[in-house]
Amino acid sequence: MTTVTTEVTTDREISYREAINEAIHQEMTSDDSVFVAGIDLAKQGDVFGITQGVLTKFGPKRIMDTPISENAITGLAIGAATQGLRPVISLMFIDFIGVCFDQIINQMAKMKYMFGGKARLPLTVLVNAGAGTGMAAQHSQSLEALLCHIPGLKVVMPSTAYDAKGLMVTSMREDNPVFMIMHKRCSRLRGPVPEESYTVPLGSAAVVREGTDATIVATAYMVHEALAAAETLAGEGISVEVVDPRSLQPLDTETVLESVRKTHRVLTVHEAVEFGGIGGEINAQIAEHAFDHLDAPPMRIGAPFSPVPYSPVLEKEWVVNSDQIIEQTRRLVSG
Amino acid sequence: MTTDLDSEQLLYMFRTMVTIREFEEAAGRMAEQARIPGAVHLYAGEEAVAVGVCSHLEATDTIASTHRGHGHCIAKGGDVKLMLAELLGKSSGYCRGKGGSMHIADLDLGILGANGIVGGGPPIAVGAAFAAQYQGTGGVSVCFSGDGSTNEGTWHESLNFAALFDLPAVFVIENNHWGEFTPQEKQGSITQLSDRAAAYGIPGFTVDGQDVLAVHQAAGEAVARARTGNGPTLLECDTYRFYNHTGRSEGDPRPEEERAAWRERDPLTILCGVLEERAILSGESADRITEEVQREIEEAITFAEEAPYPELSELLTDIYS
Ligand SMILES: Cc1ncc(C[n+]2csc(CCOP(=O)(O)OP(=O)(O)O)c2C)c(N)n1
Repeated sequence: MTTVTTEVTTDREISYREAINEAIHQEMTSDDSVFVAGIDLAKQGDVFGITQGVLTKFGPKRIMDTPISENAITGLAIGAATQGLRPVISLMFIDFIGVCFDQIINQMAKMKYMFGGKARLPLTVLVNAGAGTGMAAQHSQSLEALLCHIPGLKVVMPSTAYDAKGLMVTSMREDNPVFMIMHKRCSRLRGPVPEESYTVPLGSAAVVREGTDATIVATAYMVHEALAAAETLAGEGISVEVVDPRSLQPLDTETVLESVRKTHRVLTVHEAVEFGGIGGEINAQIAEHAFDHLDAPPMRIGAPFSPVPYSPVLEKEWVVNSDQIIEQTRRLVSG
Repeated sequence: MTTDLDSEQLLYMFRTMVTIREFEEAAGRMAEQARIPGAVHLYAGEEAVAVGVCSHLEATDTIASTHRGHGHCIAKGGDVKLMLAELLGKSSGYCRGKGGSMHIADLDLGILGANGIVGGGPPIAVGAAFAAQYQGTGGVSVCFSGDGSTNEGTWHESLNFAALFDLPAVFVIENNHWGEFTPQEKQGSITQLSDRAAAYGIPGFTVDGQDVLAVHQAAGEAVARARTGNGPTLLECDTYRFYNHTGRSEGDPRPEEERAAWRERDPLTILCGVLEERAILSGESADRITEEVQREIEEAITFAEEAPYPELSELLTDIYS
């Protein structure tokens, strides 16, 4: 399969979810060591639709419906990966990593290092994150920072269909465990996606809107909120640059720093709880490496420090939105 | 089936089962109309399990429930007004609107919460059973869980733990033969799930989960065993959910014939038949009970709809004590 690494223009528009699905189909075609496992992935094609058509095309050897046993599903991927297979598993909601956190943080993440480099774990874990769907505290979290904190894991979190496909291909070709975090509210978003296979490298951020007065570093669905905010702010004469890290571990600090050196002001935005979130890490790196370029202290927005509430009025209040981004950016540029 | 239950108790069971059914029909309808956010997992079809088991429980006994928890809550004495208000995310709801369908709890009634995590309940049930033993309350801890949940490690750890320490617990498996969209036989190598009891050296039984009297009898023995300090029991109830995994949604993968066959074994019809046979209930009085319950549910809907949403300031309350 041909692989394109530079951005390709195309008229074909598909959804984020379809883009990941297409990546899985293409990688499974080109590499028969790839297999897929998880709850309701085969016959049902996944409750989020990520593995639609895979069973029909590749048969039951390549994709399996598993029992509701997240520890065993995760261990299956780890063990099989040590033997040279390239597992793709789904844990459905990112909240469910709680069930199998030992397999993730003590086994998967550390095996290579503990074994003096002897293990190779080419595996991809699919998880769905995000609130705003009325699914309450155990089905709505954004837990990317927990995963990013564990050496040995890689974490990607795309916001567009294009990046979703490219990052999925890269993740599946990686010789390390990668968490592909899909945001539920991105899942139906459509965008141009080339049909041919291509990669988006890990650790490469995208400048999704250029600007001069302030940089907003946003992740997943917050990229779209940030773009909406930037549009409104442009009407007020505030020129905002929006950077989407796309991959959080490894993190492309350089692209962020470059933007900040240009705009001199930065606001990080994510849906996860603000305390201990990835925004704090990004801001710390900016403070360390670009302090002299800053005209104002780095700012950040994340969710309030509470579990995700169920009630629609509370959930709406909890989820970060473009109004908050607009308000905070105004404060940032006036400071 | 012979039973020790008098007509008042039997009628109470019938009414509770009708309440669960009507509650679920209302919740399904309201979810379809997008009046309820998120997802509701309906218990319709499985009423005899919750009611048969909870008919032995006192307010001081506890239950751990599942994502499909409305029936457990009603059977344990939950208030449909507060449940519906919770489903609508209102501040008068059981959890002040913070939890929703998958987290309804009433600690005063010993309802330790529905649970969004499959396999989340069993360890908590162990803790409640331990507390009852430790405090010498004579209380019993009942853990409801689905067939699918018995494939989680937590389920096995909990049974072993409860068995080892002779905890006053009853583990009820609601074997409705499907977990989401996959049949039970594609999720486990055995289909008689009570066989798993052997692995923990505890008694295990399978009963007809559509027959509330059968459930009542088996659960009675299990609860008595727990209460008298003789340790846990595994009780598998063979049952079926009448609707798809969530709500009354389309795309139910279960074969039409299978669904129809189970519809024939509606737990309400089965109990109704027994009550008629014993001249405790006539068709007419059954309809009257159903109508009364429907009115009660309508009142609960009105209560829920008129109830206020939480204040925004409540977002950051209730996190710590
Ligand atoms: C840890 C975890 N894994 C997966 C899910 C998704 N999920 C919700 S309900 C369900 C099926 C549960 O089946 P079972 O225990 O048999 O209960 P039933 O729905 O049949 O009542 C699954 C897989 C979950 N909520 N939690």
